[in-house]
Amino acid sequence: MGSPIGIIVTRLLGAIPLLLAVTALTFVLIALAPGDVAQAILGPDATPAAYDQLREQLGLNLPLHEQYWGWLTGVLHGDVGTSLYNGESVSHAIAQRLPVTLSLMVGALIVSLVVGVALGMASAVRRGAFGRAIDMFALIGFAVPSFWLGAQLIVLFAVQLGWFPATGYVPLGVDSGEWARSLALPVAALAFGGIAAIAKQSRDAFLDALAQPFVSVALANGVSIGSILFRHVLKVASLRITTILGLQALTLLGGTVVVENVFSLPGLGTLAANATSRGDVPMIQGIVLYYAFMVVAVNLLVDIVYAWLNPRVRAA
Amino acid sequence: MIATLRRPAGALCLTYILVLTVIAVLAPILLPDVAMQQAGDLRITNAPPSSSHPLGTDTLGRDVLDRLLVGTRVTLVGLVIAVSCALAIGVPLGLLAGYTRGVVDRVVGWIADLAFAMPTIIIIFVVLTIFPHNMVAAMITLGLLLSPTLIRVVRSATLVVREELYIDAAKAAGLSAPYILSRHVLPRILGPIIVQASLVCGVALIVQTALAFLELVVPNPQPSWGGMIADGLRVLQTNAWLVIPPGLTVTVTILVFGLLGDVIRDTSSAAWSPAPQLMPKQRGDLGAPAQSTEETAGSALLSVRSLAVTLPRDGVPVRVLHDVSFSLDEGEVVALVGESGCGKTMTARSIVGLLPSGGELTHGAVVYRGRDLAALSRKERHALRGKAIAWVSQEPMVSLTPVFRVGWQIAEGVRRHQGTSRTEAWRRAVDLLGEVGLPDPEAVARRYPHELSGGMAQRVSIARALAGDPDVLIADEPTTALDVTLQAEILALLRRLQEQRGMALLLVTHDWGVVADIADRVVVMYAGEVVERADVDDIFESPCHPYTRGLIASDPHHDPDAERLPFIGGVVPRPEDWPAGCHFSDRCDFSIAACTDRAVPLLHLTDHREARCIRTDIFEEAPA
Repeated sequence: MGSPIGIIVTRLLGAIPLLLAVTALTFVLIALAPGDVAQAILGPDATPAAYDQLREQLGLNLPLHEQYWGWLTGVLHGDVGTSLYNGESVSHAIAQRLPVTLSLMVGALIVSLVVGVALGMASAVRRGAFGRAIDMFALIGFAVPSFWLGAQLIVLFAVQLGWFPATGYVPLGVDSGEWARSLALPVAALAFGGIAAIAKQSRDAFLDALAQPFVSVALANGVSIGSILFRHVLKVASLRITTILGLQALTLLGGTVVVENVFSLPGLGTLAANATSRGDVPMIQGIVLYYAFMVVAVNLLVDIVYAWLNPRVRAA
Repeated sequence: MIATLRRPAGALCLTYILVLTVIAVLAPILLPDVAMQQAGDLRITNAPPSSSHPLGTDTLGRDVLDRLLVGTRVTLVGLVIAVSCALAIGVPLGLLAGYTRGVVDRVVGWIADLAFAMPTIIIIFVVLTIFPHNMVAAMITLGLLLSPTLIRVVRSATLVVREELYIDAAKAAGLSAPYILSRHVLPRILGPIIVQASLVCGVALIVQTALAFLELVVPNPQPSWGGMIADGLRVLQTNAWLVIPPGLTVTVTILVFGLLGDVIRDTSSAAWSPAPQLMPKQRGDLGAPAQSTEETAGSALLSVRSLAVTLPRDGVPVRVLHDVSFSLDEGEVVALVGESGCGKTMTARSIVGLLPSGGELTHGAVVYRGRDLAALSRKERHALRGKAIAWVSQEPMVSLTPVFRVGWQIAEGVRRHQGTSRTEAWRRAVDLLGEVGLPDPEAVARRYPHELSGGMAQRVSIARALAGDPDVLIADEPTTALDVTLQAEILALLRRLQEQRGMALLLVTHDWGVVADIADRVVVMYAGEVVERADVDDIFESPCHPYTRGLIASDPHHDPDAERLPFIGGVVPRPEDWPAGCHFSDRCDFSIAACTDRAVPLLHLTDHREARCIRTDIFEEAPA
């Protein structure tokens, strides 16, 4: 099972229980809820006959496990359901909005990784006051809510300086320059916390790597300082940074939900918040499935990168 | 908790939380109208801070400070629900998993992994779809989803505590598991639980304000911190002030929880110890090197002249080496011998200029081919490492970088020191692996360090040290980590390489068998000083210093009659406790008043023989 394909297969098999558990849990929660979807569609004034008819039509009078099975077979055939709110196909709605969320998340992840690791490394080598500053920065990055930071960025860079648009999204296919400009502030708001967390944790990873004997032996045998830092130590520390990055990607994924709302980006997060406030059950079920898929994808990527970096896993 | 209160930051955080709690309880009672207030004075909407409205008014003319105070309750209630829920689930499950292990542990671990992988905010959205605006349901869900972090912390802390003796005693006394867990285990692991709980508080606060910001949990017009930021965001273009008071309040409160966690962790665990310095300081005082007693110093390849080194202990520099002098000629093997803690490795590290963090060369010189290495710039000195003086460490398995092929690591040295191309460097690396006696060097070059045995790893380390074709090889206890048969092989290899290449070898060891096998001359160290220098034959035949005598006599290789194995009483004193006179006087059978009065110099005895002892005359009659 040492090959990359083996790792992918194992991980995907391992992901099946997660996907089943998350979607089944959603079903159970909905079944437990007072009132139901039919009621939500028809409103309080519906006749009992109309209510029963709709329940039958939606399959709500079937036992829970049959409802779930029906939904699951639908999903396997590519049918994730239709929105209660406007009858739109759930998979279509999600497919339209996915690129926005992915651009935001991947952009924030790259910025957090590059800036965070650079700060972490500088802090590990310099130590002293700079090292303590990273601790403080990590705390502030944890504390400043991304949606509030987003508001401050709008005030400064959109309202006062006019460098970037305050809200809205331009698709990449329409104008790549405007696409980047429309994402700059949301990415910055989302990445701030990520930079702080990665800076602190990668600093710790670098300090651990620097303390290992191979560093002093390499130094004593004249390996250049640049190679020790940017090859030996960076690669050893990158194992832990990969794990940190995976966790951070999931945090950022959650963060997109609020940041999209601040900047009025038409992503999955705004879709989810709207579906939630409208009680659009099929839509939220579909979104749950997509988010669970993204969690699986992130974990899979982390495993692949980790195996690629670490000869011990590769050979095991 | 008491220790936390003693820290100003800890006391400040706890005070802040206390004040916030009081506000959460009292504000809605003292300001009963604010919660349901649809609109305030519509003549003064968006007013800036003034004496009647200290934080101004919002878009509907309501007082911002009043709303902030009243909104504290709903925010804190959400936080308390989430945290209590996480604790109520995380602590018992973590205790159970850590204490019973086995099946329970695996099941709990599996559930925790599953919950970890859930998209938290989206699951909460599902709950809010079903229970609209129900904050209690949302925060209970959050608590459930955050409980795995507590399970993990509690489990690993319990695993440690359950191994302790008094738990076994309690079990033997027939106490029930719930009693042991609640009365003995739980109090011990409160520290990590509180640290994790304060982190969970921070996360819960972020999620609560985010949900309130999305207007999913607190119905209008009821004020909440997150909702006030949302109100402010709508008029951001015209009134940038409104988002400031609630935003700062949220930030400061999360900061307080984060800071509190840090303070508790710092007070309950030891501070991390810093890694060794990557670029150590150069010698402190560059005074003229003291006159060495070594007569051959001028012509030697490498000579160490009256070296003194300090290391920081509790922030105070403590002298760990004092007046260390010896020299190494071309192609010569010198053994540096002594018990552990005598400063052998520190001496070797001073030669290559790689002292531990805070270590400083305060006196003396390391002269290589007439140049004082300690006076060189960092860059000049680093250029000599590996090329002039190379290093083999005592732990072969950890001295190679685990993530690179060993051939690459050797080739890196070849490229650096000989400036060859990559392919040529790889070819040289394979040659070197063959030279150190590894069969099938091509295959070994492609391996990673974890694919080597200890003996192979030490051969690879030696090959890497040879990459710069050094004049001097320093081997710091190169056989200590290996088993006996391998020790002899590695020693034979070092000897062969030394002879073939005409390298000088400085061998740090405590093994007299190694000394007898390979060394030309011996330098014996005790408590940071050189106590004896001699040719190898002389030292075995007639050791002059009582310490050398004791060491040789207590060596198992030397005297097979174990029953009469003599030994030296006591231990090597720590540098702080060095006596004013002879460092060995406390343990010496021949010590007289003159020994303890003042420092003893290294005394010249005959050709190539010196000892730091004023009583060498007593041994002249009696060979060891």
